Amino acid sequence: MCLGVPAKILETGDGAAVVELGGVRREISVMLVDDVSVGEWVIVHAGFAIEKLSEEEAEQTLALFREIAGADESRNR
Amino acid sequence: MKYIDDFRDPATAKALIERIRRDAGDAPVRLMEVCGTHTVAIARGGIRPLLSGAVTMLSGPGCPVCVTPDGYIDAAIALGRDRGALLASFGDMLRVPGKSSSLEKEKGTGLEVRVVYSPLDAVTLAAATPDREVVFLGVGFETTAPAIGGAIKTAAVRGVRNFSVLSSVRTIPEAMGVLASDPDVRIEGFLCPAHVSVVIGTDAYRPVAETYGIPCVVAGFEPLDILLGISMLLRQKKEGVARVENEYSRVATSSGNRKAQELIRDVFVPCDTGWRGIGVIPGSGLRIADRYAPFDAEKKLGIPVVFAQEKTACRCGDVLKGKILPVDCPLFGKACVPEEPYGPCMVSSEGSCAAYYKYGAL
Amino acid sequence: MHDKILLSHGEGGKRTRDLIAKVIARYFDNPVLSPFFDAGLLGRIEGEIAFTTDGYVVTPPFFPGGDIGRLAVCGTVNDLAVCGAKAVAMSCGLILEEGLSMEILERALAAMRDAAKEAGVTIACGDTKVVERGKGDGIFITTAGVGVSVDGWRPAPSGIRPGDRILLTGTMGDHQVAVLIARRNLAIDAPVLSDVAPLSGLLLPLLPRFAGKVRFMRDPTRGGVGVTLNEMASAANARFVLDEGLLPVRESVRGVCEILGFDPLYLANEGKAVLIVAADAADPIVAALREHPYGREAAIIGEVQEGGSGVRMRTLAGGVRAVDYPVGDQLPRIC
Repeated sequence: MCLGVPAKILETGDGAAVVELGGVRREISVMLVDDVSVGEWVIVHAGFAIEKLSEEEAEQTLALFREIAGADESRNR
Repeated sequence: MKYIDDFRDPATAKALIERIRRDAGDAPVRLMEVCGTHTVAIARGGIRPLLSGAVTMLSGPGCPVCVTPDGYIDAAIALGRDRGALLASFGDMLRVPGKSSSLEKEKGTGLEVRVVYSPLDAVTLAAATPDREVVFLGVGFETTAPAIGGAIKTAAVRGVRNFSVLSSVRTIPEAMGVLASDPDVRIEGFLCPAHVSVVIGTDAYRPVAETYGIPCVVAGFEPLDILLGISMLLRQKKEGVARVENEYSRVATSSGNRKAQELIRDVFVPCDTGWRGIGVIPGSGLRIADRYAPFDAEKKLGIPVVFAQEKTACRCGDVLKGKILPVDCPLFGKACVPEEPYGPCMVSSEGSCAAYYKYGAL
Repeated sequence: MHDKILLSHGEGGKRTRDLIAKVIARYFDNPVLSPFFDAGLLGRIEGEIAFTTDGYVVTPPFFPGGDIGRLAVCGTVNDLAVCGAKAVAMSCGLILEEGLSMEILERALAAMRDAAKEAGVTIACGDTKVVERGKGDGIFITTAGVGVSVDGWRPAPSGIRPGDRILLTGTMGDHQVAVLIARRNLAIDAPVLSDVAPLSGLLLPLLPRFAGKVRFMRDPTRGGVGVTLNEMASAANARFVLDEGLLPVRESVRGVCEILGFDPLYLANEGKAVLIVAADAADPIVAALREHPYGREAAIIGEVQEGGSGVRMRTLAGGVRAVDYPVGDQLPRIC
């Protein structure tokens, strides 16, 4: 039930951070996540970072997608 | 946009749909998307018809707006009308009908409601209007609970005393247990919520998978996440197993966000709570803990939320349980349409009836 | 002159005369507009006449990329342009709230003057009223416009045929998002400018050049492209099918939509037009649109198909879903 968007940390400060998504910036609370640093990705819901996004895990899922799409292509050849 | 567009690729979607079709059996597999955000993403993506014959997607009770009882709306209106509170709310709640009215209708006759993006914005609003009680309408599941709790803690630390929350926070696994044990529902797999799982951890569904033998897959909200999640559920069914798997591993972990869990435990206490259309589910609610009573609008301003199951032709309860599809309700599209909703599932943009009505009339 | 609008500025006495002669006339200086006549005398106008009116209320009155003055001219110019008419003259009705700063009024008038010059339209008559404090929102403007139709072209929804293409002259949602950000209550920063612009120079040259190939045009303001297309589809009794992958949306507008749960299809635009054109003319018309500064991102976004009326969308996932009227305005949501 919960919209959340992946956003990149631009600045960090006292319990808060400025994040960016597609050129849009907003200050959010980072009280729910451990020491975020600039350049990391977080999921933002209702003005809070609810968790960090693991770029490595994302890449693995995307690799699986490429594999599935590739297998599909070779099947249709 | 990074981490959004990658998960919307049309060629991969096509391949996943073909994979789902290959893995499907003779009869359509009955899966439930528990979460309203999944419901909307499925509807907006036009995914349901793509799977027809292979998979039947039932929509679950995971739309906080839909399951918020009308007594909650009545209490919110009373807080504004009788106690002079300034209400702050997510946009989702404005059109939800109470017994006789909605916040939107009352706004037209002078009720003050501010739409905010974050509960913290309501704390800021309270700090800026010290002579008014600002009540935040705190609805949501485990994703939103730490944000609401975080706002309460922030107000406590900053000494903002004219801020309180009318809480209607619920927890998902208890509701899933009710559905899993209902013989009329017959769910063969749960597509579990992305962001609730981020907070509570994917292990939270193990009792559902183990006790009831129903496969569970936590999936993200993008179209490819949903399709891969469905595909993973079908493979579990094919193998004859019932595990909890995590498609959303880029964010969700098995144990969840401990900081968020601690904050929920600090600010809230589990309680029994009424779900519109379903009834009272034991232990499925979170009320504000006594030590934060000064921030509990019900106690502070003496306006309790009353839950009463109403007798009605509206079949929202059965829709929320996945017993019937929205189109099977006698009111659907007749006495109940998005501009004049009769039942909660038609109110919320993520309600399954609204999603069927809006995106489905092909 | 006073630095704020007073009730007496609207009471018809000396202050009213002063406001008109010393403030308004400074901006709208043309031979037709005369404080001594009760109407603008436009002389003989050759051709078919089109006539329209619109009211403008926007909070805040100034926002990135535009303001209420530019909006009041462009909105009316565009209503005429999509009906195939070049705006010739327009009225300017001001409803001012007691206490409005003179500086805001003058900025809005200057913006109207500049937009009228750009669109080649004369502000030929006007009226000013002042309402008590609390009974207005600073400044409301109404404009009515008279235009002359391009010879031989009429909007013809009944001429829409299966196979026709649906064109959009640029990105969706810029105006509404720019205004939303300017309100500051969502604390979001994004480099989004309103697209408010007069479209006569973009659209009218197409009509003689592609005679008969342009069936129907509308400007998708309130309710956005989604609502406008639904209205067009019922007027034409046609089935419109959009392609999600072809819809032009600026990255920052998409970002705001992702964060707040908005659908850009339903966001207001003030410098865009939707065109239904014959299939064989679609590519050359898009090329022509793209040569104009207000049509750089023009695109084919869908087509007209056989069967039923209404709007559908082919999604990125490969499905088809309905695009219906929204219920009320979009609100920031968490679900």
